Amino acid sequence: MKKALSTIAFGFAATVAFTGVAAAQTTLEQVRERGELICGSNPGLAGFGVPDAQGNWTGFDVDYCRATAAAIFGDPNAVSFIPLSAKDRFTALQAGEIDVLFRNSTSTITRDTSLGLDFPGINYYDGQGFLVSTELGVTSALELDGASVCVQQGTTTELNLADYFRRNNMDYEPVTFAQSVEAVEAYLSGRCDAFTTDASGLASERLRAPTPSDHIILPEIISKEPLGPVVRHGDNQWADIIRWVHYAMLEAEEYGITSENAAELRDTSEAPGIRRILGTEGNFGEMLGLGNDWAFNIISMVGNYGEVFDRNIGEGSPVGLSRGLNALYTDGGLQYGHPIR
Amino acid sequence: MASVVDQAPPRTSLIYDPKVRGFFFQGVLVLVIGWLAYEAVTNAIENLRAARIASGFGFFGEAAGFDINQAFIPYSSASSTYFDAFMVGLLNTLVVAAIGIVLATIIGFAAGIARLSKNFILAKVAATYVELIRNLPLLLQLLFWYNAVLATLPAARDAIPLGPGIYLSVRGLSMPAPIYHWDAFVIPLAFAIGLVASIVIRRWAKARQAATGEQFPVGWTTFGLLVGLPALVWGVLALFGANPISFDVPEQGRFNLTGGMQLYPEFVALVLGLSVYTGAFIAEVVRAGILAVSRGQTEAASSLGLKPGQTMRFVVIPQAMRVIVPPLTSQYLNLTKNSSLAVAIAYPDLVQVFMGTVLNQTGQAVEVVTITMLVYLTISLVTSFFMNMYNQRIALVER
Repeated sequence: MKKALSTIAFGFAATVAFTGVAAAQTTLEQVRERGELICGSNPGLAGFGVPDAQGNWTGFDVDYCRATAAAIFGDPNAVSFIPLSAKDRFTALQAGEIDVLFRNSTSTITRDTSLGLDFPGINYYDGQGFLVSTELGVTSALELDGASVCVQQGTTTELNLADYFRRNNMDYEPVTFAQSVEAVEAYLSGRCDAFTTDASGLASERLRAPTPSDHIILPEIISKEPLGPVVRHGDNQWADIIRWVHYAMLEAEEYGITSENAAELRDTSEAPGIRRILGTEGNFGEMLGLGNDWAFNIISMVGNYGEVFDRNIGEGSPVGLSRGLNALYTDGGLQYGHPIR
Repeated sequence: MASVVDQAPPRTSLIYDPKVRGFFFQGVLVLVIGWLAYEAVTNAIENLRAARIASGFGFFGEAAGFDINQAFIPYSSASSTYFDAFMVGLLNTLVVAAIGIVLATIIGFAAGIARLSKNFILAKVAATYVELIRNLPLLLQLLFWYNAVLATLPAARDAIPLGPGIYLSVRGLSMPAPIYHWDAFVIPLAFAIGLVASIVIRRWAKARQAATGEQFPVGWTTFGLLVGLPALVWGVLALFGANPISFDVPEQGRFNLTGGMQLYPEFVALVLGLSVYTGAFIAEVVRAGILAVSRGQTEAASSLGLKPGQTMRFVVIPQAMRVIVPPLTSQYLNLTKNSSLAVAIAYPDLVQVFMGTVLNQTGQAVEVVTITMLVYLTISLVTSFFMNMYNQRIALVER
């Protein structure tokens, strides 16, 4: 991965310097021609993006990649994954090595404007927290004065951490690693008192500990982390596709369409909302540049938002996250699908 | 058919004149390179603008907003800029490179000479060291030092006391930090006097030996003057109740040892890894240099009555240096460049801080990568400049 950064960064510099100005093809055309989607993924975050022993990728973000592939090709497996560390991810996207980045990335104004990126939607509302060993007897992040904190570099986490300790007039020693797994290993070996990242990441990384119950997530959430897919700025059609893949999954959950009943509902349902989502009424898929069965393919092949959430990171899974902010707006959460009409 | 041999240079057209041709092709080459560079730069600017990626060097003045644990200049997330972060990273790289070069040279010379020793065990130990270390990837060795050696140290609360105020733990080595008071200047003053005195004594001893052949224990006197004199001055001052330097002793805090100085495990792992690795290569360079000195030199020195140690110091090594220095320079450059592997073990060097965090926060890959490359180029060119100067000084002077 160390090599990867230099290669990508250097490749990017060379690409920028020696390629022609006008992009000849849109991203959708490139993906179609290639026959598969290239998706930037987390190198290994249980529940979000992680390859198993056979090299099959699973996870919440990974399912979004599959949903996008299903919408374009009608095949959730027409996707290849490029694992990227936090600091490599945007450079890889800028350089055109990947079509879309589904890697729990926080939307911020700097990234949106000066990095030449766009955040089409927020698929997970999160916030940053701290993981500490129960041995320490710490119950609040405000007791961490003087602690060493392990953190992954190239993240908003690194900046929030500095802000939080500054705001509360506390001292700390940051120990900054290029890879999340290295930071977690260092934390587990005792190099740091605390490990910090987004709360969802803490729940997932805690599973790396020999006995996860020896570690607790402190109650303080010190930041807002709206996580979502990232695309290059300037290709609006491609950003639309990614945005509506997300909304289709939310709408499906709201209307009660699941991977199991999608086929049946398509043939039998009279409800206009459901008929529009499943493509039996209107030509919304064509408007996006896709087939009209785009959302049907997403739902039947991958599932709706709730299914994807529960399967990968929900309370029944090892990661065990509650829906919280990510419940549908009808249940008091922030996930609010826009109407498909 | 009578042939005439024309003695005058043939009048050829300009096209066939090798000199004119040479100038022409070199001119074309310069133009092509200049055009490529111009195209690359303008095209990059155009592409960045089209992709709406910020460009330029204005980011250097912006607030950094992140913290770095090891900084040799005042640095804080509150008030420092990306330029300060760059300087912190650069200094951390230079410190590791400088200490690594000194240590690697010591290890390398020791192992190189030991490998040629007549002592069987010593020679085999040195050979094993060289063959083992030289043939394992450096990254692997760094991870070994960091994860397998240093991470097994006890937690901060069970730190091993090594001496008064010195503790060793998984968080590194905590030592008392000196606090200098107003009268502390006398100690560097004593050191300076000692330094001047030892240089004078050294010259006098050399002149006397040349004249009379009598030797003088220069090493011991120098040591006494440089270390003993400042210590004596300090002791006398302390006796009279003055206290030029006091110590901030580390204390057990809730999480860490607080106060004092810290030697971070990342730093120790990187310095150890780099110097042990490069030392193995230097050992081979030194061995080659020594073997390049003809055996007759050693025999001649022995027949003059020089002891083996003296033969090595005064006859063999000075001649071997001519062979050693050029490849030694390459090893120094390698060590400096390899220090960028620091990124694997969380040591905040230039690549980790600048090409890692700063690049990611600003997104300005082209500028950051270019600057980083220029910095390494500059460090390497400066190093080789000084080594070449040294090489010229020790070169065989032929008359």
